[in-house]
Amino acid sequence: MNLTEKKLHNDVYIEPPLTPKQTRMQEFRHLFGQNRLAILGLFMFILFFFCAVTGLFLTSGSKPIFDPAVVRLQEKLRPPLAKPHLDSLQPEEIPALGIYLMGTDDLGRDVFSRMLQGAWVSLTVGFVAVGISVLIGIFMGGMAGYFGQHHIRIDHILFIFAFILGTGLIIAKFAFIGTVILLLCLTYLSYFLLTRQGSTKKEPAALIAMLHIKAVTVDTLIMRVVDIMLCFPSFFLILTVVALLPASIYNIMIVIGLTSWMGTTRFVRAEFLSLREQDFVAAAKALGLSNFRIIFRHIMPNAIAPVLVSATIGIASAILTEAGLSFLGFGVPPPHATWGNILSDGKNFIFDAPWLTFIPGIVILIVVLSFNLFGEGLRDILNPKLRERH
Amino acid sequence: MIDGRTPHDRPLLRVENLKVYFQSNVTRARAVDGISFDVREKETVCIVGESGCGKTVSALSILGLIPTPPGEIVDGQILFFGQDLIKLDEKAMQNIRGNHIAMVFQEPLTSLNPVFTIGDQVTEAVRTHRHMEKEPLYRYCVQLLNDVGIPSPEQRINDYPHQLSGGQRQRVMIAMALACDPDLIIADEPTTALDVTVQAQILALLRSIQKKRSMSVLYISHDLGVVSTIANRVYVMYAGIIVEQGNTNQIFRSARHPYTQGLLASLPSLSKRGKRLYSIPGSVPNLSYKPKGCPFHPRCRYKILSCQKEYPGMCDYGEGHLARCPVLFKSKGYEGSSEIHENTMRCTSGNSHTK
Repeated sequence: MNLTEKKLHNDVYIEPPLTPKQTRMQEFRHLFGQNRLAILGLFMFILFFFCAVTGLFLTSGSKPIFDPAVVRLQEKLRPPLAKPHLDSLQPEEIPALGIYLMGTDDLGRDVFSRMLQGAWVSLTVGFVAVGISVLIGIFMGGMAGYFGQHHIRIDHILFIFAFILGTGLIIAKFAFIGTVILLLCLTYLSYFLLTRQGSTKKEPAALIAMLHIKAVTVDTLIMRVVDIMLCFPSFFLILTVVALLPASIYNIMIVIGLTSWMGTTRFVRAEFLSLREQDFVAAAKALGLSNFRIIFRHIMPNAIAPVLVSATIGIASAILTEAGLSFLGFGVPPPHATWGNILSDGKNFIFDAPWLTFIPGIVILIVVLSFNLFGEGLRDILNPKLRERH
Repeated sequence: MIDGRTPHDRPLLRVENLKVYFQSNVTRARAVDGISFDVREKETVCIVGESGCGKTVSALSILGLIPTPPGEIVDGQILFFGQDLIKLDEKAMQNIRGNHIAMVFQEPLTSLNPVFTIGDQVTEAVRTHRHMEKEPLYRYCVQLLNDVGIPSPEQRINDYPHQLSGGQRQRVMIAMALACDPDLIIADEPTTALDVTVQAQILALLRSIQKKRSMSVLYISHDLGVVSTIANRVYVMYAGIIVEQGNTNQIFRSARHPYTQGLLASLPSLSKRGKRLYSIPGSVPNLSYKPKGCPFHPRCRYKILSCQKEYPGMCDYGEGHLARCPVLFKSKGYEGSSEIHENTMRCTSGNSHTK
């Protein structure tokens, strides 16, 4: 052993630095470059994004360049690319492009301006709804995957139930009962925190002991809620909720978001189940990091790839859902144009003015398709198992 | 013998009668079954033993990282600066981990997070436990990487773990552990996944850092060769208990427990060239069904009848050299000197026998 010891003392060997052939970004670009459909999808997505953002600026404000609300009854149902009859129009009613690029509808409103305005609605609905669903999905999936083995006691379930009930009652304007229930929750919460800090080990009374029975694991609870949510035909669930709530674009975003988080939850949970056993999680714990930091900073970036893919495809389905709702008249209230209600208005004139249905229909098709293509391309790239199949 | 290594006598970490059991549906695996050891300041203490004898579990329980639904610390104390770590709550433990006690893991390949740069990961502990501006933090990180012998750290700092070699990754792991200047580093077989030359470099690195920063190291290994080069004191574990303890010289020159003797005899060396290497017959018992009495007796060549019945006590050979084998103790003529029968460790036959 003395021999090895001497050798170790004049240890000046330096490992030669390694030069990687490709960075991750280069590899990503290379793989993405091979997938033409995904590039097409990305291109369409960027175009759509650009249109929606410029559309917002061009169609809003007190004096917008493209005013989607100008009614020109004498110019109704003009075909695409038709020139306006300048003699019968006020100067501010003349479309900014000089022609009706996509025709006019039954009230003589410029379909092009309305499509631009609708693009912004579709974009925000798509992104906000998916944002909500991804946030909920990541949170629920992370909890189920990371804290899955922890038990929930009956009093926890009762507390959450009472809290939701109380909030619901207050929202539904039963303020008194709601406040009482919420106050009860608050007392319980303070009692809970106090007993936890004191941690006095007294024998609890029979009733409290019953409440302390470990009912289900976190994992079981969350995944069964997911199963229950998946049982509902979500479009009809959304229809019911939207029928009860006042019609507004925000309600629609929230409702779509709240009914589409289940897929993300399952993905995230599955990733977490394997990742939490990895050594680097143990190493992070040994560095003294909190659970919160480990979940969201150390595990989440490793689990994000499938979420990203499902979110991209989720945007497409959210846009489609919003268009469907608007088509049925449950969506964004009428003066505001969305692709769904342009389509819906146009269906009465489908033989006289087919462009009123075809233009929004084809645009929805292209946007949804491009998101799907992009999402599938992302999945192929991010999942190494699928790479070799091309 | 212990040249240049002069450990202080004050215990930094003292583990007393630690018992960690893992409960499954039908059985209870007694992974760590009443071990006691201490680590003094500026000292390197090694825990040696076969796979599955509870080394890693004892290390993890010091940091409170035992996965608690199956595992449970049943009994014992872990005193760090006189403070019982078992009684601390999670928040206080998080302050200890990484800040006062750091750990170097076995597999450098999987212990680094693949999505972050190494600079990010090395500074993670500092960002968690201390507040430091971005610029000094960067310089500190470069300094750390330089200390652990990573060439051109300014460039490496932005690399991802997959761009480094195994040895470099283990150096990064050590840099991570050093980041908050801990009082104790627990190294859980840090060189197992590395080849022999890199292993020698990492060991030399650990030793020079320990000397420079005057910290204690609890080194867990199954490799007696490694242990002999770095340890001040050695604890030999078998099936969840410590069977022998003493300083390096005592353990390697005059092992008093048949298990330690067997381990040493099975080391290859030049004098044994051409002969068949000794191996201890049998294998480690299932921790859920440990044999009654001395857990080593089914494999022991000195066993007598009482070994099957009586849990062996620690026998004192003087100068801190203890071995848990009364049979050898008596036969070697130490009859007159003191034999410690620690009451806490001496299980009654009903207790040591599992269902």
